[in-house]
Amino acid sequence: MKIRVGHLYPEYLNIYADRGNIAVLARRAEWRGHELDVEAISVGDTLHADAYDLLYVGGGQDREQALVAVDVAAKADALRAAVEDDVVVLAVCGGYQLLGRFYRDRQGHELPGADVLPLHTVAGERRMIGDVLLDCAWAGRTLAGFENHAGRTYLDAGAEPLGRVVDGFGNDGASGFEGCRRANAFGTYLHGPLLPRNPWFADELLARALAHRDGGERPALAPLADVLEAQAHEVSAARARSRGGRFF
Amino acid sequence: MIPLGLEIAAARAAAGLSRLTGRGGGTTVPGKLLWKLDPGAIDRLARRLPAGSALVSATNGKTTTAAMAAEILRPRFRLAHNDSGANLVSGVASALLASQGAELGLFEVDEGALTEVAARVRPRALLLGNLFRDQLDRYGELELVAERWRAAVEALPASSALVVNGDDPVVGDLARTRDATVFGVDDPRHARPSLQHAADSKYCVVCGTPYEYAAAYVGHLGDYRCPSCGHARPSLDVVARDLELGGLEQSSFTLATPDGDARVTLRVPGLYNVYNALGAASLARALGSTLDEIVAGLARFNAAFGRFERIDADGTRVLMLLIKNPAGANEAVRTLVDGGAPPVVLIALNDEIADGKDVSWVWDVDFEPLLERVERVVASGTRAAELALRCTYAGFPAERLEVVPQLERALDRGLELRAGAELAVLPTYTAMLALRRILATRGHVAQYWERAA
Repeated sequence: MKIRVGHLYPEYLNIYADRGNIAVLARRAEWRGHELDVEAISVGDTLHADAYDLLYVGGGQDREQALVAVDVAAKADALRAAVEDDVVVLAVCGGYQLLGRFYRDRQGHELPGADVLPLHTVAGERRMIGDVLLDCAWAGRTLAGFENHAGRTYLDAGAEPLGRVVDGFGNDGASGFEGCRRANAFGTYLHGPLLPRNPWFADELLARALAHRDGGERPALAPLADVLEAQAHEVSAARARSRGGRFF
Repeated sequence: MIPLGLEIAAARAAAGLSRLTGRGGGTTVPGKLLWKLDPGAIDRLARRLPAGSALVSATNGKTTTAAMAAEILRPRFRLAHNDSGANLVSGVASALLASQGAELGLFEVDEGALTEVAARVRPRALLLGNLFRDQLDRYGELELVAERWRAAVEALPASSALVVNGDDPVVGDLARTRDATVFGVDDPRHARPSLQHAADSKYCVVCGTPYEYAAAYVGHLGDYRCPSCGHARPSLDVVARDLELGGLEQSSFTLATPDGDARVTLRVPGLYNVYNALGAASLARALGSTLDEIVAGLARFNAAFGRFERIDADGTRVLMLLIKNPAGANEAVRTLVDGGAPPVVLIALNDEIADGKDVSWVWDVDFEPLLERVERVVASGTRAAELALRCTYAGFPAERLEVVPQLERALDRGLELRAGAELAVLPTYTAMLALRRILATRGHVAQYWERAA
């Protein structure tokens, strides 16, 4: 099956190896006889909510993020419609912040977001940098990655995090939450990139995208050996345990 | 206050101790001690240099550029030079301590440490080479480093010479408000067909519109112009034209300066080394070197340690190319591919602080042209598995990929595969130091602090 992927702002938001995440989705789809059709959606382009099974938004430096923020607001309705329609969304780092309600900078100015995920972000003094390990009880799995953000992200009451922080800072360095998930939309600060060392999550996204494509149940994807993936996960998780960030 | 002489004696003793205890070359220990005892001592030591100091900073190429400048300047000055690559305040302090009787200080400086070092040393010349995304976990975003550089340039004494790479939009723009020597490349034959993935500063520094490039050479370095507000590459004072690249042995170009033109031949390959040579030539010129001295110095220059360095290991040649960020690694890959890469390559990815704890950058490197050409990859280092995944997801066949995290075993495997021929080694910083240490233990190469002597 052909999975239609919309990659938002790839020329602006690409700082933490976002193309690694796309490469992993593409290969793992291909290894199961599917195909990823990736289309770039940039500043000024119209986003057609019904044209994609999966949307990806990566991370950018502050300068690039500010350049796309206005455009994200213009695409907000289409992004909301896509999430309502169970399109799969993965937003990492800056992209995660842009999908929230707003981002308040150090001067107190509020930059509106797409309001797709139930959260907001406030700029903080100290950057939260380091290896992270998450426990995703909803999936019975762990996620390992690297975070580097000054923004503190606060989830609305009742909102679901992507995972509980085992080691590292997470959304705000205090709540013990990391990321957010709503319907098929996932936001996280974890890069590294995220998917090569967490193949179960890549497959979870692919299964949901395939279900969206044909309107049926999530298919069971043929298992892969994932030997290197498991090693990379273990090293990354061990780094988080030994040197993950914490304020206290 | 402790007398300066006593501080110096104590700090020098610490260097000897560091070497004796095997903790390293003592290249930063004495400086760290001095820095703790009395930070102002560095200012006073720098002021003792009769010909003053010159600083070199850049994301990529600062060690090589400073080494090239040293080769040009050596006939004219006795140098205090941190040629082991220790480039924080403590490294500069150590070099100052170690060079009795020096006339000119020549220091490569970490991008993040530039403001502080410049404020203390008060250089008579400052060379700023390029800014790329690099170890974001350490330096933060590129714009933060650019801000610091702007502050360093503003604080620079009016009498000091500023030398900038005009091909880098952010760096070239530092020359907008004051007199500067601007250098760059003019040879569209060697331009890239399009901007690379790792290009960073591709939006106009004035208005944010994407630049149009008449020629893009390395990452975002090139001949750019903003179609909206007209901000463009400044006019060049020192230019490289008619480049001859190709091969892994050398490169050459015509160096055009206000004092005349000359043909330069380098014993290192690659377009990025042409940029390094341009920077070194412009800096030396600002310090009084003649065109003849520049050409002769550049011709004498041999690779800085770990930067396209060739090491003979019992008849097998190790070609060591340090990689540390996407832009630099892309150029290492491009040079290897254009020059005819050996069929086996050892890539070593460590994740210590000096390498960057965040290894995501390897996914932003265009390894593909190299992977298409080599027969076998040995992946090593603390993050060998991650590196192997990078190759696998690029489509490199698993049966031609060997994952050997332990560096010495990986080196031996590479040497075995290439016995009597040449092995390309692409290590990150701490992996490079460790591999050199192994080769030194075997007597193939001098330790880096012995070289500095």
